[in-house]
Amino acid sequence: MTQTITLIALTLNGEPHRIAEGSSVADLVRDIGLNPKKVAVERNLEIVPRSTLTAVMLADGDILEIVHFVGGG
Amino acid sequence: MTNTDTWTVAGRTFTSRLIVGTGKYKDFEQNAAALVASGAEIITVAVRRVNVSDPNAPMLTDFIDPKKYTYLPNTAGCFTAEDAIRTLRLAREAGGWDLVKLEVLGEAKTLYPDMRKTLRATEVLANEGFLPMVYCVDDPIAAKQLEEAGAVAVMPLGAPIGSGLGIQNRVTIRLIVEGANVPVLVDAGVGTASDAAVGMELGCDGILMNTAIAEAKDPVRMARAMQLAVEGGREAYLAGRMGRRMYADPSSPLAGLI
Repeated sequence: MTQTITLIALTLNGEPHRIAEGSSVADLVRDIGLNPKKVAVERNLEIVPRSTLTAVMLADGDILEIVHFVGGG
Repeated sequence: MTNTDTWTVAGRTFTSRLIVGTGKYKDFEQNAAALVASGAEIITVAVRRVNVSDPNAPMLTDFIDPKKYTYLPNTAGCFTAEDAIRTLRLAREAGGWDLVKLEVLGEAKTLYPDMRKTLRATEVLANEGFLPMVYCVDDPIAAKQLEEAGAVAVMPLGAPIGSGLGIQNRVTIRLIVEGANVPVLVDAGVGTASDAAVGMELGCDGILMNTAIAEAKDPVRMARAMQLAVEGGREAYLAGRMGRRMYADPSSPLAGLI
């Protein structure tokens, strides 16, 4: 059985990014090789609570910021 | 020496009065070693985009355990209240922590804070349940206004960030200490150990520094020096310094001279 995967276009940390339709925010984080426990995600200027990362579905045109802690003063 | 001399910010009690930054180090190993040498319990960290193209790049949290040290997320690089608030909302989600360092900068050249925006951001953050420790100018009135707006600590600069010039105005730092009902920490401007000691002798509750350690020729040794300086300055403040005289006062008795 074959299924056509439709891709949606996102803006991830300021760069264009494509992912399969029906992906959650958690799927995206794992897709780029990161541990969801070590990052924070903002979707369309709103925080996505860590507890809802698997529940929140991505939509075409979403603007995402994925951040973490780095050295700073 | 006993460890009964603690300080408390927003209900959290700490023994070390030195807060260190985690920027500008050669590598994470050196950063972690300097942190141990400093004896600090709180570290400041920045919030930045993850490297999407290299997800396996080493992360700060792999070298400095967030369970062992209190991460104090900052808003370095934010020039608007909105950016600072947005950054700290993300930081709270990344770390689950409401104690934060707020700084809203006015210009890149001096990195002086924009106090109008800083005050507004403090109000918004306090209303959202954050506990903001706030970087500010060394102005006793501004410090009071921040306190009224919900700052859990006021952190006046001693000199511009990263300048290493030392505390430029001891009078205003002391005036802030005398007027404050929240902890006062000198944030920025320390260049060497004596600068940290001066801040503590003025009665500050602590000192926050980054560059003075990270840009020392031997950062680990300087971190140790800073720990000693902060403790020395604190002890001197508690001991109460002698009065100043214009002229000499001999230490040996005048009676019994041959």
